[in-house]
Amino acid sequence: MSTTTTPPPRTARTQLPSREDLPPAYPRVGVGAPTAEERFVRIGSWAAGFALAWILTQRVLPLGGLPWLIVAGFVCGLLVTAVTTAMTGSRVDVADRLMASIITGGAVVVLLALATTITFTFLEGWRPLVHLNFYYDDMAGVGPRDPLNKGGIGHAILGSLIELGIAIAITLPLGVGTAVFMVEIGGRFARLVRTIVEAMTALPSIVAGLFIYVTIIVGLGIPPSGLAASLAISVMMLPIIARAADVVLRVVPGGLREASLALGASRWKTVWHVVLPTARPGLATALILGVARGVGETSPVLLTSGAASFYVWNPSDGVMNSLPLYIFFAVRSGEPLLIVRGFGAASVLLAVVLILFVTARLLARPRSNRSRSLRRTRVRPDHKSVETP
Amino acid sequence: MTTLPQLDPLLPEDTPRRLASANTGSDWVFAQVSRTIGASVLLITGSIGAFLAWQSVPTFKRYGVSFLTEQQWQPEADVLGIAAVLVGTLQIATLAILIAFPLALATALYISEYAPDGLKPTLVSLVDLMAAVPSIVYGLVGVYLLMEHGGPEFALWLHQHLGWLPFFDVPTSDPSAAIWDQTRYIKSAFIASIAVAAMVLPMACAVMRQVFSQTPQGEKEAALALGSTKWGMVRTVVLPFGRGGIIGGTMLGLGRALGETIAVLLIVSPAFEIKWSITEVGTNTVSALIAGRFGEASASQLSALLTAGFVLFMITLVVNSFAAVVVNRSRSGAGTDA
Repeated sequence: MSTTTTPPPRTARTQLPSREDLPPAYPRVGVGAPTAEERFVRIGSWAAGFALAWILTQRVLPLGGLPWLIVAGFVCGLLVTAVTTAMTGSRVDVADRLMASIITGGAVVVLLALATTITFTFLEGWRPLVHLNFYYDDMAGVGPRDPLNKGGIGHAILGSLIELGIAIAITLPLGVGTAVFMVEIGGRFARLVRTIVEAMTALPSIVAGLFIYVTIIVGLGIPPSGLAASLAISVMMLPIIARAADVVLRVVPGGLREASLALGASRWKTVWHVVLPTARPGLATALILGVARGVGETSPVLLTSGAASFYVWNPSDGVMNSLPLYIFFAVRSGEPLLIVRGFGAASVLLAVVLILFVTARLLARPRSNRSRSLRRTRVRPDHKSVETP
Repeated sequence: MTTLPQLDPLLPEDTPRRLASANTGSDWVFAQVSRTIGASVLLITGSIGAFLAWQSVPTFKRYGVSFLTEQQWQPEADVLGIAAVLVGTLQIATLAILIAFPLALATALYISEYAPDGLKPTLVSLVDLMAAVPSIVYGLVGVYLLMEHGGPEFALWLHQHLGWLPFFDVPTSDPSAAIWDQTRYIKSAFIASIAVAAMVLPMACAVMRQVFSQTPQGEKEAALALGSTKWGMVRTVVLPFGRGGIIGGTMLGLGRALGETIAVLLIVSPAFEIKWSITEVGTNTVSALIAGRFGEASASQLSALLTAGFVLFMITLVVNSFAAVVVNRSRSGAGTDA
């Protein structure tokens, strides 16, 4: 209001706008959470889809049973979602909504498969698990028809741990060392190593077992032993771990390396203090994937270790059992009680894998007291710089 | 007017400082140690491939090309061939990948793009855990769950309704019989491939998820800021960026599926014939053949088994090399520096 020259009119009192005078608010575009209507359309579409599927499969078509209801429900749900979205939105919205549903559905199927696998194994194998002797006893002198409170799989657990321990002790330094060589040193020779290592990840585990069987057991005449088995596992795991570590180290940002080198650190210090810590979660995942294959892989062990029914502490001393091998022979025997024992051992194997897995995850997790340690390392040089001049 | 500074003629001429590129001290040790490790790994792994190739020579000399075209494996009649087991291997692996690929892709996308933030770490752990489940457990589930509940019934349904396709036809059984012959529908390549699919799925998914998670955040936000829907963003940014990871992960899974032994050995009943039908009882794979026959094998048969293993290794090698080429060509392997 320009009121500099003209005399103020009589109504020149400042009017504060009241809420009633404002134009009606525009509906705000939701950027985050769906509105109530959208949520109703989403949930309602799926309810309608499953209702339609129930009528189709259970009443109209001869496709009774829960599995068909779920399959048809998913398809009908997609159709109804497409129709309801098309009523308000464009083709782009329909595609967005449909793909979100399909992707979520795929993830749910995968999780259900995992849940089914684990639940089924524990349900079939819980009976021997309630007997304590199952964990520490061995199968020496236990017949296939003996009740479950006799005998156990202690020897197989021990064998698995020894074999895997040796295999990790061999493959982890070699694998990570090779990866460091391929990434940090480089050159023509490193490219050759990378090519061969990548090629050898294609080696099927059974061929790794057969290789050790032919060279060490048949060729050198050394009887089957835990050591041979762990060598077979190592042969199988080494390229896997080396390659996975290589991939992980390669994605460490080059800027971090250059910053460290520019600050005057040597290459070794750069690797040890910058590259490896940055890649630690990835390295742990690489190790997990390698160990997961190593502990559960039956085929190399099947060819190389033989199956003892008693405790063996020395890996170089004759036959040795391990969990996968025990499961394999127990299930293959066809004796109902042995099959139950096999499922029990499978549950234990799953539990061992789970424990290893959680441990590796905890190790891989960035330290929770990171902020504190950072502060400490920051403070210390300050003190020095204050005191030394 | 610009004047050039007068150079003092007495001072020596400026020469660029030489940058030290040679390693000194601990760096030299570091380089040599890691080079030694690399060389030893090269020696170990390379010698296996060389050994397999060297062991295959006598077999190929004796049986020639018929080793690849003969279906029977009868050491007592001196007839050895891997045609049937090779086809069986390829059937099971292909089917397993057909099942696993869409599920792995969907799961990887869900975890990286759709899942609520609080749920992501749990889901990542669950998929890694699924990769950690031993293959023999999947074999047990295949034998005692799939084969006893649902698997044969589904195979029968496929035969009844899609029997005109050679894959689902079971020639030795009548689909409309009053009491159907369940024994013709069990221990088949179909059930084995479901178990193998469950095994390779998390591997493929882990690779895909890793690559998806490296998609530049700025490009994703740019797509969203331009008004793209979430799927539009996934289709135009995440999937093209992760194409290498998708193909590479799938190929890695295929390589694993080709070599899978125990689950297949537990599930299928061995049969040495090439057949179209995947739901009919009986098939065999190279690895199951090795696991089943190594014990009673003589020296020459061991050599034949090694040759079979070598052929399998060559196939997986081709698959994996293809995957490596694809991954290296794509942007995904380019690192995270912008």
